[in-house]
Amino acid sequence: MSVPLHIGFIPLVDAAALIVAVDKGFAAAEGLDVTLAREVSWSNVRDKLNIGLFDAAHLLAPVAIASSLGVAHVKVPILAPFNLGLNGNAITVSPALHAAIMGELDGERFDPMATARALARVVALRRKSGDEPLTFAMTFPFSTHNYQLRFWMAAGGVDPDEDLRLVVLPPPYMVDSLANGHVDGFCVGAPWNSVAVDRGVGHILHFVSDILVRAAEKVLAVRQNWVGKNPDTLAGLVRATQRGAEFIEQVDNRDEVVSLLAQPERVGVDADLIRRTLEGRLKVSPDGTLRESRNYLLVGRERATRPDPAQAAWLYAQMVRWGQADFSAQALKTAMSVFRPDLYDGALKTAAQPGASATIGAFDGPAFNPDDVAGYLRAFKVFRRMS
Amino acid sequence: MSADQSPKIVIVDESPIRAAILQEGLREAGFTGVVHISEMQSLLSRIYALDPDVILIDLENPSRDVLEQMFQVSRAVRRPIAMFVDQSDAASIQASVDAGVSAYIVDGLKKERIKPILDLCISRFNAFAKLQDELARTKSALEERKVIDRAKGILMKMKGLTEDEAYVLLRSTAMREKKRIGEIAQSIITASEMLK
Repeated sequence: MSVPLHIGFIPLVDAAALIVAVDKGFAAAEGLDVTLAREVSWSNVRDKLNIGLFDAAHLLAPVAIASSLGVAHVKVPILAPFNLGLNGNAITVSPALHAAIMGELDGERFDPMATARALARVVALRRKSGDEPLTFAMTFPFSTHNYQLRFWMAAGGVDPDEDLRLVVLPPPYMVDSLANGHVDGFCVGAPWNSVAVDRGVGHILHFVSDILVRAAEKVLAVRQNWVGKNPDTLAGLVRATQRGAEFIEQVDNRDEVVSLLAQPERVGVDADLIRRTLEGRLKVSPDGTLRESRNYLLVGRERATRPDPAQAAWLYAQMVRWGQADFSAQALKTAMSVFRPDLYDGALKTAAQPGASATIGAFDGPAFNPDDVAGYLRAFKVFRRMS
Repeated sequence: MSADQSPKIVIVDESPIRAAILQEGLREAGFTGVVHISEMQSLLSRIYALDPDVILIDLENPSRDVLEQMFQVSRAVRRPIAMFVDQSDAASIQASVDAGVSAYIVDGLKKERIKPILDLCISRFNAFAKLQDELARTKSALEERKVIDRAKGILMKMKGLTEDEAYVLLRSTAMREKKRIGEIAQSIITASEMLK
């Protein structure tokens, strides 16, 4: 008898492992009858997971942590036994801001320190001439996009809360807002950066992999108490999703994967955009300039699917840095225990590798050490205390 | 807001009909301060300007995530809480998700004052969904009528039948084949187009 499961997702390319697991029948092979529900907001995904309408969800990694800590919302312990994607976001700016940054650039075009310092000079010039502050959009207060944008600009000396406006925008509205001048730039996942470039209204300034070598992006999230009652179902779901992730990375399967994801009830965007995202080969400027990176989005390569508690600690450190949460050793422990490599290893019968945390590799600040988050945070000059 | 005053309610909904139905219901129930926002551009600054006690938003609206930003603001703005924060009334949360509506309530507003607003919301959202369902059914019934009329016309012309005879033929065929009259009518139209 198969187990019915309801799983929520947001139509983004990094839901791929989950979508392929279901649509290729890998979940069914594990005895799971999965219904995927396409959602329109992270708030909906979080709430429906929290109140039990979803058994599992494609979720922003920081939302899983915030929910487990009870930050800004009801406390519902969430576990992440599987990482659906590393990286995959990009920072896109309007042609006008791109020209301004390039005009002030002292260094390589894709060096984030050089562009962040150039942004600081643009911000200072605008202030001097009495122009409105720049506006950047991201997808959610507890999002990698929020933290990645902040990390980048703060490295150049820009205070994201004082020197410009940072607003939440749903991804489907980003490109229009850039086109009509409501925002000057944004950080978002695929495919929206490419959509902006294709429409000629934006330049991709950075892949997030310029800022952090490895950044946990979306996780497969489940409620802690659900895991307690359904250990076998969870193991089956992890195995099915792992098969999905591996299938995606096989180049021979690319055509099939791209057409599965392009379906209107799945990601529902142009197949070619999805292909470019998976290949990490993106058009970064409307003139057709291409940029390639193996690190742009990792789904099933380089052990990307195994959750790494050090990543959860880094995300919690960002919440503290930007005044969303207070620092405490207990909260840090809770945050780290959201990411559960042991559940992953148990399901896949892979050997646990203690201490095998891969580097986060941020371009600014000291190497991240989860055992000394307070010391790590002291190294940054721009921050915001909880009010 | 003083205790006897009607709370200020903002409805965020891109569907003007549903918002009107909800607005009317709230007014009838004595909630006079109701404002509808249908334009999602600069949603947050409009809400700050209105300074409502309750914000109602449909769950199909991606701008729910924009409202989440209100939790982050540390300036002297009143912090709202989401309906889902208080899980003491699980049944009403479930009902509101099923109906497709969510509420954000400014901290301090008493729960017993929220309940009638939320209940009204849920019933109006459900009524709207039913209305849409009926509309869709009426539309498809109308379309089927057109198909049957065309099939009757074809039968009348090709077999020299009266309209009544054509209809009887359609109906008896449908009964014999255990199909709907609309389906038989559609196959007659398809066949006649192929034979043209």
